[in-house]
Amino acid sequence: MRPPAVCSAAILISSTLLKAVSKFPSERTVSLGFVLLSVVCLVFADLSITTLDPWTEMQRMAMGFVTADFFAVTNIGRVIIQTIAFAMCGVALGAFFGFFLAQVFHIALVRWSCAFVRAIHELFWALILLQILGLTPLTGVLAITIPYAGICAKVYAETLEESQPDALAVLPAGSGIVSTFFFARLPDVWVHIKNYTSYRFECGLRSSAVLGFIGLPTLGFYLETAFSEGNYSEAGAMLLLFYALIASLRFWLRPRLLGFYLIAAPFLLGEGSSIRFDNVIRFFSSDIVPAPLRNNDLALTQTWSSFADWLQLLLVDQALPGIIATLLLTQIALVCTGFLTLALFPLISDKFFGQFGRTIGQLLLIVLRSTPEFILAYIFLQLWGPSMLPAVVALSLHNSAIISHLIGRYSNSLVLRPDCPRGLNLYGYEILPRVYGQFLAFLFYRWEVIMRETAILGILGIATLGFYVDSAMADIRLDRAMLLILITALLNIFIDSLSRYFRSRLRLSQQVEHG
Amino acid sequence: MFRFDNEALGYKGVTVLNGISLDIKAGEKIALVGESGAGKSTLLMALQSRYRDNSAFIPQNPGLVRTLSVFHNIYMGSLNRHSAFYNLLNLIKPKKDEIALISPIAEKFGLIDKLFTRSGELSGGQQQRTAVCRALLQGGDAVLGDEPVSAVDSLQSRVIIQTLCDNFDTVVLALHDVELALEYSTRIIGIKNTQIALDAPTSSLQRSDLDFLYTA
Repeated sequence: MRPPAVCSAAILISSTLLKAVSKFPSERTVSLGFVLLSVVCLVFADLSITTLDPWTEMQRMAMGFVTADFFAVTNIGRVIIQTIAFAMCGVALGAFFGFFLAQVFHIALVRWSCAFVRAIHELFWALILLQILGLTPLTGVLAITIPYAGICAKVYAETLEESQPDALAVLPAGSGIVSTFFFARLPDVWVHIKNYTSYRFECGLRSSAVLGFIGLPTLGFYLETAFSEGNYSEAGAMLLLFYALIASLRFWLRPRLLGFYLIAAPFLLGEGSSIRFDNVIRFFSSDIVPAPLRNNDLALTQTWSSFADWLQLLLVDQALPGIIATLLLTQIALVCTGFLTLALFPLISDKFFGQFGRTIGQLLLIVLRSTPEFILAYIFLQLWGPSMLPAVVALSLHNSAIISHLIGRYSNSLVLRPDCPRGLNLYGYEILPRVYGQFLAFLFYRWEVIMRETAILGILGIATLGFYVDSAMADIRLDRAMLLILITALLNIFIDSLSRYFRSRLRLSQQVEHG
Repeated sequence: MFRFDNEALGYKGVTVLNGISLDIKAGEKIALVGESGAGKSTLLMALQSRYRDNSAFIPQNPGLVRTLSVFHNIYMGSLNRHSAFYNLLNLIKPKKDEIALISPIAEKFGLIDKLFTRSGELSGGQQQRTAVCRALLQGGDAVLGDEPVSAVDSLQSRVIIQTLCDNFDTVVLALHDVELALEYSTRIIGIKNTQIALDAPTSSLQRSDLDFLYTA
């Protein structure tokens, strides 16, 4: 009886923690609490390696990178261009709608809607849209646009809210809201918005690549084929090219070229089946209606009792174990991300390493953060077989690389006294105490991102919520899939508000990039 | 022109000045004096928020958008004269007409070669002069200035104050320089201990009559 045991353990720990301290616990206590909780989670998590000979396979894979064969992939240029085109269209539309939504973000309904759409991972959106629109370019574009609009709206709105330009006070009366906005408000935050949007584009490239795993003509599609056929030289070539693409972003994503990209991108998405309107109508009128209610008389009590059975089965047999696995994995991955970050950030800090060492560190972090966690998890899954281990390692590596990058950069801005200690003493006494608050803030920001990713990794066969969603989709039981996605979204919103609660109680506030 | 009748003034819910009664007539040139922190800014802010429609304002922080050019910052004084569409076009590409209108003003205050420099890159004095230009372009019956010449030299201070007096019928300036106050104003209002401690025509005052405002 695993699930109840986990629940009671979690409740026990959290209640003891809450009772133990009358005022809100310190950063130290909270950190310790999270570590303890994840140790308990470890007990219930399945972290076994089930493949017979993971090391040989790993060597073969590593050899694939060394012997990367850029000519083995047919149409590799086309693959890359399509990956960029999907990211470009998706992010541009997302940022466009996000910008307008940000202007009306004070309306509660807008805020909630945005929270809801961004709580659903782009892969889930793609799975849903696949049912409505079929395998069309629009499916891929909207799968990025919808959640990104929600994220951009929030970040843009926060950015605008935080800036209170002095110029507002001096504008002549009757300047009009449009002129006021473009002259006094927007210029003040333009750099932030521009930087954030280009960061979003980098995320969009990763999203676009991953969409290939469910059949869109982007990098993931060809990567999966190469991996499953054991063509590691081919897979290695694609990954290396993808890193190069992301590392060179600032050279080719120029403001002057943007107009050209935006005009060209829609024509480079490739072709798909045409959208069939009877599909669209059937999805909304029939597919997503719970099966027992479909074509049955709603006045009969029998209809409703079978609906109750349907609901109970779904909640107890799928949603509950899915939620428990998702939370277990999230907590373990979160704490591992934390530990790994604390180990990785010195690699790019000038307080610890010279130019040469830092360059190596940067390279490592770029590779880890450019590889989508989904692809990392897929690779580890090939190596070690289905358990939570590949997911934990993938999530920790990717997320810790992102946070390490930020913390490392922050540590470079610290000014230390000239006679400060060195090595571990420097780390423990001078640096760590100074960056710890920031570190926790970033980690809490990533909490909800990690949860969203954890859920989606179910598509690869790990028994988180995504696993049950994917199975329901495969059985064309869209009513079940939609309810499970709804539950996933609510869980994500819950984690997000919990994270906000911790951040505000620990007074961790930092303008950071959300992911 | 401006009127307060036994009012408590403050900002963000905190009262700074108590029982303020004041009557400023059109055409008066008023200098507000007093120690820093006495409440001159509070009085000016209160005037500005109440009489925004017909007065131009030069706040202590010069109220510039740091990422926009000097030209655009000055132009902002005339946002209410044009359609939003025209304003946007001018934001993207400065209109010839507007450059022709703004250049002479910028010229007078030595900003012409900085016209298309971002205001954030300017020195404090240049920023202050930009704010003065904006107020001049905006025009109106009155100008309210909070230490508008604190960062420029004494020669330029005189040019700025003289220009403001020539272009606006009513002038209310907070000044830390008592000499300037005596030189240009027709009436001096002194603030001390959150009260109006002195309110008299400048012609009736001497330098020493203001000293008590600056002693504990």
